[in-house]
Amino acid sequence: MQRWEYVFRRLILAMVVLFSVSLLTFFIARILPSDPAAAWVGPRPTQEQIAKATITLGLDKPLYVQYWRYLSSLLQGDLGVSIKSRQPILTELKTYLPATLELVIASMLIGEIIGIPLGVLSGAKKGGALDNASRILAVACVSLPTFFLGLLFQLIFYARLGILPISGRVSNEIAINNPVTPITGFYTLDTLMTGNWAAFQDVFVHLILPAVTLAAFGLGLSVRMTRASIIEVLNEKYILAARVAGLPYRTILFVLALKNAIMPTLNVIGLSFVYALTGSILVEVIFSWPGLGLYLTNAVLSLDFPVIVSVTLIVAVFYVVVNLVLDLVQVAIDPRVTLS
Amino acid sequence: MEEKRVEDAEFIEAVPVHPLAPQATAPYSEWRLIWRSFRKDILALFGLGIILILILGAIFAPVLTSYPEQGRGDPNILEKFQPPSLRHPLGTDYLGRDVLARMLYGGRSSLTMGFLVVIIAVIIGVPLGALAGYLGGWVDEVIMRTTDVFMAFPSLLLALAIASALGAGFINTMIALAITWWPWYTRLVRSQVLSLRERYFIEAARSIGLPSQKIILSHLLPNVMTPVWVQATLDLGSAILISTALNFVGLGVQPPTADWGNMVSQGRLYFIDRPWFAGSAGLVIFLTVLAFNFIGDALRDAADPFLRRT
Repeated sequence: MQRWEYVFRRLILAMVVLFSVSLLTFFIARILPSDPAAAWVGPRPTQEQIAKATITLGLDKPLYVQYWRYLSSLLQGDLGVSIKSRQPILTELKTYLPATLELVIASMLIGEIIGIPLGVLSGAKKGGALDNASRILAVACVSLPTFFLGLLFQLIFYARLGILPISGRVSNEIAINNPVTPITGFYTLDTLMTGNWAAFQDVFVHLILPAVTLAAFGLGLSVRMTRASIIEVLNEKYILAARVAGLPYRTILFVLALKNAIMPTLNVIGLSFVYALTGSILVEVIFSWPGLGLYLTNAVLSLDFPVIVSVTLIVAVFYVVVNLVLDLVQVAIDPRVTLS
Repeated sequence: MEEKRVEDAEFIEAVPVHPLAPQATAPYSEWRLIWRSFRKDILALFGLGIILILILGAIFAPVLTSYPEQGRGDPNILEKFQPPSLRHPLGTDYLGRDVLARMLYGGRSSLTMGFLVVIIAVIIGVPLGALAGYLGGWVDEVIMRTTDVFMAFPSLLLALAIASALGAGFINTMIALAITWWPWYTRLVRSQVLSLRERYFIEAARSIGLPSQKIILSHLLPNVMTPVWVQATLDLGSAILISTALNFVGLGVQPPTADWGNMVSQGRLYFIDRPWFAGSAGLVIFLTVLAFNFIGDALRDAADPFLRRT
């Protein structure tokens, strides 16, 4: 019963946060700019355009009416029109979002698959050679500016070794000869589903460098956090009992200890997701990856304000939802959560 | 108030000290203990050294380089894309400007931005956290729900949106970053205050009728500031990382003014053939963030009596 109460309260909280997220983006879009109408229609607006925007946005109305209009158009999926392309932002997001998610998910897989075991091993032999090496790796990963790491990888793997491509999601020849049929928008999945083997290889190779670049920060983070929580757990009495009982060390470490150390690690996954989403903005610029980040930075350069606000909103919504899901997963696997 | 304090002091002096009473040990201040532990950490000292060098470099930029006007942004087209040499130790950029000069001047923007963002965030966040924790009730509820909203956005993105709304530029970008940063300090201080609130010395202050404002300012805040400064040091690295990222994207200081972030962005298109100018800027950002991480980690251990090195 208590558990359901927690889930219910957590859902309500998420709704409240989503509502306030819309308040904050409303504030950024309509109150912060010195002339919101001008910001909405773009650089060098005509008087006519401004007058029209003032009416459509309801800028002549009281604030609560403006907010109401803003919220109701959001709920209808109307995010406004891009100044640069004159296309509805929602339509454009549909093509950019999967590209970013594919990159983010790939990078999280890399980061966690390497990061968590490395953290466990390094915490198990605290002060050992592997521990020292992985701590140096971790601190380097969280200190390297993403955009600089991306450039370094390009220099090494493209310019010097010539083994990996550095821009876009797919090469021109493949795009012409074996075009990717978009189904999910995740090119690796799409090519596999359509059995387009040549395109899959190409798409996969294009994904490697951006994903590894993006993975670095999360990797550093998960090594540090997993290590800390493993060290804490290994001091518990039940671990001692298991050792006395003669269980193999590997079982103790990866089954018994990791099980209890996984809670903080789940939080790390949430955190890495945020960092990956944020980092993707920079990685996409470096690798010309046609996702939300590139869309956003191009919008910054061309003062495409409606796009900036919409991308911010969408990412915040994603963030809230991911955190909600992670919290619910925690409740599902750890009965202690409800008690706190 | 002043007179009362004098009375207190006299009263304390008037209490006779028993000759056999244990002598109080030399009153080491908390910061002195922290420093004693901190200075044993080689990496932290290394970090401190790097930061000091970079700060001095930024302050004395006009004296340290023979090309101060290029550091400020004057182009020098005839010498563009020169690789590192004795004349230009780090080479020249796409407008022929001396990269070392640009780096020294860029440090003025990047370092100042990082420090100011954290300081402003502390100034906003700490009092709010103290109020929320001490007063509780609806004040607490309002402040904490506000932090929830801000924390629902990744900081880089929120700062980017706010800075675009305000318009690019050093001040606007700094404000945007500080706005996204304060909730972390509010949370930290609130949790500290919650645990301190029930202690006897606060109850004593309340029971002699001190006003809340006085209790918060002179009794609560001094006791929560150590973790705040530790966190602030740890945050300096991330603040610089994010502010250079915003500069990289095109917000922040505008050309021809240099910032480490916009130096990388200007150099990235030439990076594969001429890595020195984007590379130098990228490396210096890396070193700065690394140094702050070393310092912050050591400070955190030093501030924790159980981890402190003695």
